[in-house]
Amino acid sequence: MPPQGPWTFVRRNPTIVIGGLLMLFLVAIALAAPWIAGDPLKLAPVNRLRPPSERFWFGTDQFGRDVYARTVHGARVSLVVGFSVAIAASLIGLAVGLLCGFYRAVDAIAMRIMDGIMAIPSILLAIALITLTRPGLWVVIAAIVIPEVPRIVRLTRSVVLSLRAQPFIEAAIAGGTRTPRLLLRHILPNTLAPLIVQSTYIAASAILTEAGLSFLGVGVPPEIPSWGNIIAQGRSFFLIAPWSILIPGAFLAVMVLGVNMLGDGLRDRLDPRLARRM
Amino acid sequence: MSEPKPPAAPARPSLEVFDLVKHFPIRKGVFGRRAGEVRAVDGESGCGKSTVGRAALKLVEPTSGRIVVAGADVTGLSPRAMWEHRRRIQTVFQDPYSSLNPRLSAGAIVGEPMENYGLSRGRETEERVAALFQRVGLRPEAMRKYPHEFSGGQRQRLGIARALAVRPEIIVADEPVSALDVSVQAQVLNLLIDLQEEYGLAFLFVSHDLAVMRHISHRIAVMYLGRIVELADKRALFRQPLHPYTEALLSAAPIPDPARRRRRVVLQGDVPSPANPPPGCRFHTRCPYAVARCRSEDPPLREVAPGQHVACHLRDVGAPPGPLAAAGA
Repeated sequence: MPPQGPWTFVRRNPTIVIGGLLMLFLVAIALAAPWIAGDPLKLAPVNRLRPPSERFWFGTDQFGRDVYARTVHGARVSLVVGFSVAIAASLIGLAVGLLCGFYRAVDAIAMRIMDGIMAIPSILLAIALITLTRPGLWVVIAAIVIPEVPRIVRLTRSVVLSLRAQPFIEAAIAGGTRTPRLLLRHILPNTLAPLIVQSTYIAASAILTEAGLSFLGVGVPPEIPSWGNIIAQGRSFFLIAPWSILIPGAFLAVMVLGVNMLGDGLRDRLDPRLARRM
Repeated sequence: MSEPKPPAAPARPSLEVFDLVKHFPIRKGVFGRRAGEVRAVDGESGCGKSTVGRAALKLVEPTSGRIVVAGADVTGLSPRAMWEHRRRIQTVFQDPYSSLNPRLSAGAIVGEPMENYGLSRGRETEERVAALFQRVGLRPEAMRKYPHEFSGGQRQRLGIARALAVRPEIIVADEPVSALDVSVQAQVLNLLIDLQEEYGLAFLFVSHDLAVMRHISHRIAVMYLGRIVELADKRALFRQPLHPYTEALLSAAPIPDPARRRRRVVLQGDVPSPANPPPGCRFHTRCPYAVARCRSEDPPLREVAPGQHVACHLRDVGAPPGPLAAAGA
């Protein structure tokens, strides 16, 4: 690609830029949460169900907790879940998918296991896992990762299968390249583009699933504010204090929008065959 | 244009393929070749030319049959032994685009086989790659470029440099110029001829282009439906083809002289499925001279004139070579 100025990049890739800026903004407030917002757990019954004001930007909930502080801290949970799930599912799925695509024996066994995992409803698996263990952020992440792995495995496997038929792979074998090096140097780099795109979609769906699980009360424990449990706790007071639901809900929507835009933009950029179809 | 020199002395065949079967049978292909010789394999699409080339490197696993390289059977080799074997026999691929990894630099692509076989490492590899680049007509500065920055002809030069990287004895070239412009084809062919003489390489040159074969090869094997039907020195083959299929093939090649007219042998029908070849002589369904015997009996490949082998019932040993139509067949 010829070198291009930053403005050319913005003009040609508006979705990457907008999605990236939204994510940058949300990551910034999540990182800065302790300094830009007060204690999200501090109870103040005197200030119960106050509407948004100069003192409480997003109002307060039924225990007088600051919705602004809770929303800003909630971004941390969503981002941690989104990133961890995307990274863990991608790494596990990539490793399994590479082996499945390359070794027929592994393929036959591993793909049947993946079919089995895909048959489990993810919400039910999460509920089961969380009931069996102590609730916590990492259990939620594991519960979301497990059902996502087969999707990455299938994607990686299909890319590896089509790569294997490429003459340059045959050329590398003819040139004496051993299998580990072949996988790492010739196959892996060519699978990354579709994988990155897929992992952004997984991040978005993980953020939504975490919110859903927390809303159902099987997600992160109540002492960690997450957008899902903020909404769950505010739902009984929706008519008198709609801000405690609408504002974290809007943040959730904006974050998922940002991740998806980033993913779409990357797909168009990394996969030239799909680009310019609009 | 330079002509490849014939081999100095006949030596042991460097590559032999016996009764190779890959799903469909490619039988009795004896690709006996001597060191320093350019043997070409010709035939129409789907007759098994490329499969023979790929099987020699075991890039496809033969279903049955034997492949012998320099007297050693490589068919049942363990992966480790096969790895050793691949050093001696390298390949130039047909498509100069898909045969180069788009994410590796040109220098890394050519240097990789050297490092795989521990011939050199680090700085030394770089120097050897630079020398190879120069040898195949690329600038050493191009080592840092990526495949998409090269033209088709330059990419094929890269492919040739990669094949030479481990100093092989045999190079299998699978239609190495068919994807290139005609003007570039000649340059790449001449490069191959020069390299063959310089390194004393044996070439197995797979092609369907008679002009290309005539330019580069010493001996030509013509394949039909997975079988060698004729095997002869280039001059003899072009002067007097003995197999009816070779005859038809030669008559189909265009002559660059519109004033000249000649008898065209036009074959009827299509090539039968290689998965289910016809009984008897495989060519009898399309052969203009076929007799009853051709339908039942499979003709072996026999030497009917010195150095000229043919698989055809109409050519008896010692019979005078001549057009089949005149022989009264």
